[in-house]
Amino acid sequence: MSRVESGAGAEKPRHKPSRGPRVAMPERPAAERAQDFDEVPLGYTEEMAHAEAMRCIQCKNPTCIDGCPVNIDIKSFIAHMIDRDYPAAVSVLKERNALPAICGRVCPQEEQCEIVCVLARKGEPVAIGRLERWLGDYDLACELEGRCVPEVAPATGMRAAIVGSGPAGLACAGELARLGNAVTIFESLHATGGVLTYGIPEFRLPLDIVEAEIDLLAQMGVEIVTDAVIGATYTLDELLGEEGFDTVFIGAGAGLPVFLGIPGENLNGVYSANEYLTRVNLMRAYEFPHADTPVARGRKVAVVGGGNVAMDAARTALRLGAEEVFLVYRRTEDEMPARKEEVHHAAEEGVAFKMLCSPVEILGREGFVTGLVANRMELGEPDESGRRAPVCVMGSEFEIECDTVIIAVGTRANPLVLQAAPGLELSSRGYILTDDDGATNLPGVYAGGDIVTGAATVIEAMGAGKKSARAMDRWMRERG
Amino acid sequence: MFPIVHTRRLSDAVFEMGVEAPRIARKARAGQFLILRADEAGERIPLTFSDWSAEEGWIRFIFMQVGKTTHKLSHLEVGDSLADVVGPLGVPTYTDDLGRVAVVGGGVGAAVAYPVARAMAEAGAEVTVILGARTADLLILREEFEALPVRLQIVTDDGSVGEKALVTAPLKRLCEEGAIDHAMAIGPAIMMKFCAETTREFGVPTTVSLNPIMVDGTGMCGACRVTVGGETKFGCVDGPDFDGHAVDFEELMSRQRVYNEEEREADAEYARGCRCHE
Repeated sequence: MSRVESGAGAEKPRHKPSRGPRVAMPERPAAERAQDFDEVPLGYTEEMAHAEAMRCIQCKNPTCIDGCPVNIDIKSFIAHMIDRDYPAAVSVLKERNALPAICGRVCPQEEQCEIVCVLARKGEPVAIGRLERWLGDYDLACELEGRCVPEVAPATGMRAAIVGSGPAGLACAGELARLGNAVTIFESLHATGGVLTYGIPEFRLPLDIVEAEIDLLAQMGVEIVTDAVIGATYTLDELLGEEGFDTVFIGAGAGLPVFLGIPGENLNGVYSANEYLTRVNLMRAYEFPHADTPVARGRKVAVVGGGNVAMDAARTALRLGAEEVFLVYRRTEDEMPARKEEVHHAAEEGVAFKMLCSPVEILGREGFVTGLVANRMELGEPDESGRRAPVCVMGSEFEIECDTVIIAVGTRANPLVLQAAPGLELSSRGYILTDDDGATNLPGVYAGGDIVTGAATVIEAMGAGKKSARAMDRWMRERG
Repeated sequence: MFPIVHTRRLSDAVFEMGVEAPRIARKARAGQFLILRADEAGERIPLTFSDWSAEEGWIRFIFMQVGKTTHKLSHLEVGDSLADVVGPLGVPTYTDDLGRVAVVGGGVGAAVAYPVARAMAEAGAEVTVILGARTADLLILREEFEALPVRLQIVTDDGSVGEKALVTAPLKRLCEEGAIDHAMAIGPAIMMKFCAETTREFGVPTTVSLNPIMVDGTGMCGACRVTVGGETKFGCVDGPDFDGHAVDFEELMSRQRVYNEEEREADAEYARGCRCHE
């Protein structure tokens, strides 16, 4: 660690920064990759990673760190990469981010750390996300081969229960285990990883990576119980009572998908993005009939929404053999909440963007979808989100012929949370209320991730999980 | 893994299975369901509890062989295991202060009607069970119902046992006699629909236990959405019990058929390598 500190405070330049262009990350060609579920970007080689790290000018007052939701000491980890001291770089990275191989793939770095990079003022920012990804993979390989094992503090004799094995729960579990606590994760599905497994497709985040991160937790002694629904199989009181846990972290995720509330939405062939992606990613419907779970293999698929989940659903539909996939969004590409990279990937693979369109009805015949009726929109004044609000153009209705409609317009809180603990204080929208450390109104009960914030990013959930872990550790120690 | 501790063939295509699942058995209540996955490639299917023992740590369910998953299940024996069983899910059936209630169990629906009738009787209701099936061979759990403190009326479509009638006939008579304050119908969607139609004109509140397609069973996917009173509800977390007079049964039946073709394809593929066709 001493090396890190000296690096962060170094006055004399430790290297002559390269003036070269941002090192491109190799990708599989669009036509090839749209046929399968393998990962699209291939990642840097060590030489590429080193060359990209060399572009960092090691600012005296780095702005990138503030851009990171969990304040990773980006300058330091890049300094170690410049020195080719990768283990030291990893330890800096993991101080703040438990799962870098995952965040390196799914974090929107272009609007977090990279957008504030000094180099971005005049040219292209350092590819911080790609460096993180490379280091994460380096670390996974290293740990899985047993060359470096995470250090675990002496056992505290305390026990923590984690509800949900998604990003918040995994980060919380990892940190608590590292601090010497006995940790058990309770997962309601049959597989671990939460949204990383059921939601994000393999072409963006391979299951191997998620499984490897979870294997590492198991190596650290974290126990995982699948098929356990808190609020059904166990209550919170039971975890803190007869099950003997000292503290509980709830990272149950956002929950129920939101629908549009338009006629025809319960026709066969209309899916929530959650259902569509779960059938394909978690249940492996693309291997049907060898895997037992079916999914509609639409010829013409309309995806409604403009976020990352909408892009994931659209690109999944292409891979399931759709001839045409339309992305229907009521604003324009500029207002889309999805990552630019994902929008770009989707367009490259052949997703057709129907911007400024708002669905008003889904048409069907004999119970199955035959089309989507939409209104044309135009952009008006900015709304409370700061984005220009779409305004309906009167009399502009038109029909899109399709046999499958996927609704990807967000989620709302799951009522099972209340069943788990009737005394838990919730917001008017049903999310759990916590303080900055994730502490709820119930002693020893913490919460973080989408069940607190509503739908957000993987890194924000991990940040919350890790922060809660430290508070939970303090709470347990103080209570003795 | 969840060890199978009991199997029984109730009719040609209907099977009862018991699984060791002490955690779930401790919590199960009438009307709730479980989701199981038979094996690693298996789909997640919901099945309502037919019985359980908190003391002995097992739960039971009854299924009809209709597709690949139930075909696979039908071949499993005591000593085999299920990959996953999760629950208890859904809101338990409301059983308090019902007064005089008719519980209709049609076909495999009898499996769910059994613990429901038992729980209602235990809660002090005066229960009449209408047990129906197409024919005598398909009538299940007769002895179990006979052992409950309930009045039992048996009907079959062909009259091979009990009255030759549909379940709606005795239900209508009970309504006409003013003999029931509440009705609960559990069975195929079409049967529940006609039960609700029967009681509607008498103003007898009627609960139905719906069985939409599900994936996760915890509210996350929305596959199980049903329209009740013009509003979309999720069968898994809002149900499975709903007001029978407000359910859109046509939509439910249409949604239950969505994967009929795929199910046939999967089962045909499975049957080719299956020992029962050797």
